[in-house]
Amino acid sequence: MSKNEKHQNPIARRRFLQGATALGGAAALGFPMISRAQAKTIKVGMPTILSGRVAQLGISSRNGMMMELDKFNAAGGLGGRKIEMVVRDSKGQPQEAARVSRELINSDGCEILFDCEASSGAFAVHEVARDLGVLCIHNISETSSLSADPKIRIPNAFRVTRQGVHDSIAGGSYAAAVAKAKGLRKWMTCSPDYAYGRDTTAQFAEYLKLFYPEVEMVGEAWPKLFQPDYTEVITKILQAKPQALYSCLWGGDLTSYIDQGNIYALFGATEFFAVNMADYTTLTAVKNLPAGIHSGNRYVKTFPRTPANAAWADAYRAKYKDYPTNWSWEAATGMRFLVAAMKKTNSADGKKLAEALRGMKIESPFGADGTITMRAEDQTTIGYAIGWGTTISKEPYIPEVKAGDWKQILELELDWKKRNNYL
Amino acid sequence: MDPAALAECLKTTSCVVTQVTSGLIIGMLLFLVAAGLTLIFGVLKVVNFTHGSFYMLGAYLALSVYKVSDSFSLAVVCAGAGVALFGLVFERLFMSRVYGSNVLMQLLVCYAFILILDDAVKLIWGAEFRSMGMPAAFQRPPILLAGGVVPAFYLFLIAIALAIGAILWLVITRTRIGKKVRAAAHNPTMTSALGINTGLIYGAVFAAGGLLAGLAGALAAPVRSMAPGMGVSILIESFIVTVIGGMGSIGGALAGSLLIGLIRSFGSIGFPLFTEGIMFLFMAMVLVIKPSGLFGKDV
Repeated sequence: MSKNEKHQNPIARRRFLQGATALGGAAALGFPMISRAQAKTIKVGMPTILSGRVAQLGISSRNGMMMELDKFNAAGGLGGRKIEMVVRDSKGQPQEAARVSRELINSDGCEILFDCEASSGAFAVHEVARDLGVLCIHNISETSSLSADPKIRIPNAFRVTRQGVHDSIAGGSYAAAVAKAKGLRKWMTCSPDYAYGRDTTAQFAEYLKLFYPEVEMVGEAWPKLFQPDYTEVITKILQAKPQALYSCLWGGDLTSYIDQGNIYALFGATEFFAVNMADYTTLTAVKNLPAGIHSGNRYVKTFPRTPANAAWADAYRAKYKDYPTNWSWEAATGMRFLVAAMKKTNSADGKKLAEALRGMKIESPFGADGTITMRAEDQTTIGYAIGWGTTISKEPYIPEVKAGDWKQILELELDWKKRNNYL
Repeated sequence: MDPAALAECLKTTSCVVTQVTSGLIIGMLLFLVAAGLTLIFGVLKVVNFTHGSFYMLGAYLALSVYKVSDSFSLAVVCAGAGVALFGLVFERLFMSRVYGSNVLMQLLVCYAFILILDDAVKLIWGAEFRSMGMPAAFQRPPILLAGGVVPAFYLFLIAIALAIGAILWLVITRTRIGKKVRAAAHNPTMTSALGINTGLIYGAVFAAGGLLAGLAGALAAPVRSMAPGMGVSILIESFIVTVIGGMGSIGGALAGSLLIGLIRSFGSIGFPLFTEGIMFLFMAMVLVIKPSGLFGKDV
């Protein structure tokens, strides 16, 4: 431009300068935006129960999960990308669990579902995962059909928990051994009258009879879930005089049942097998815990008897001023699997993570041999510490736990699947 | 259904003794709660849906007092007094405002307090269940009565509940305050016109109802774990009792509770899968034959 034209076009020059400044400003401001996008958090949605009777389920599973999550994020996350957990309370209602799961994915920007719902909610979340195709890890539901039934199973859902059928086989085997040794042939059951109570009790009885055919079930009692008074159930059991009694009552119900059974001297007359006894919440709540109650391991610090397990329990106790629960170790393991898959694939993409999870074996303080495996064919965990022992009334509560035989468990599980046409 | 087992039980003294005392214990604790509910209805013509929460408060107050004092009797007394005070305040500040209103309004106020109290309990004592444990004095083997098994603690509870029931009956029928309460129930306008402070009477009745429910909660605490929301099941059973016995009749509440207790204890042997059903069936029969209840006044 000639000198004359520049003078004749001040507006054009001003506009050019304004434009250049704006562009420069945007460029300067834009750079941080680009780097923030590179450090975008990976949002994971966690539907769970944080209120009501089973609030401890959500609270303790969130605690267990957080311990693993904090470690991962503190170490820098996935190449600078940290996991952000979005937790929602379904209040124990399956329809609410389905609703919040959908919202987590569709509105809250979550890419993965970390399901910590009880069984009824878990099945609802499972259908949301099927519908939306997102990666879903179930961390609480122990109902075997969630992974065993091919009609229910989906390639993007995994389960990291103990399993009903495994516990029944291990429990039945242990109980049969005790029954044989002590000649306990007359048995009764007393379990809460809902799906979990009915299914678990039936399965236990099936395997007990398999290992010790001389067992005779002389009666069953089915109190309502959360029933406050068990007097009529206890007196009925006293009348029938069984040599052994099985129950899958849990939490406050089991505590009340033991308190009420104690004053009837029920446990002096009958050998008691309570699969859910060895849970610190219940063990510490019962003030006069009778010695010699047989229980499966929900979570105990002394099983596996390893420094790693003890250290984890101590760290949990120090951080949350409470004992860990079965749900705590399950959620911690679920998070450990998730971050292991992310590290292996260097990705947060659901499909890649699912591919990595199938057949994955991780180190775990809760593994029977120090490891836990995500079985590829039905996408559920095996190899976790499983066993039974008897109680004493103070720490460590269950000093000796007899470990279940995984070879036997897997053989009989296969047989169970065949009988149910799951293969 | 196992009628053979039931027949078998009825033939043996030991079984009858065990089951009758078991029915008594279920019944007597239920009576304490239902008596308060029926008293409030009889005098105030108000269905106190918060009654189950009174029971819950009694249990938790007993837990806390027992923890610091290690004295069960102190825990029971404090729990009763505490819930009585709460009942008085609840009536004076809230229920008294809705006496003239639609019953739905009264229901709403009560339901609101069920939710408020459940959350308050959760905030103060935590969401997880709590357990009091048996006081040392009762940690003993059960008593054998004619071959039947009867826990010492339950004998104590039955005796206490009967004593409380007797005192309640004496107060209502033999004292001046009882006369005033009965007068206020019968004809509140006339009673008030005679210069008797009906507002105070109403508050006292709610306090008495609270006292009874609170005592029941505290007495049951050694054997029943507690959690927020535990009032609901007790409330429903007390309603069945008051419907069967007759709303407003304390004698009816006693009869109804004992009946429910015996149905549950013998039903558990003879009809184990249908015990609840029998309870409701019985209630339905009473409603059909005598809608005002066994001891209720015909409307």
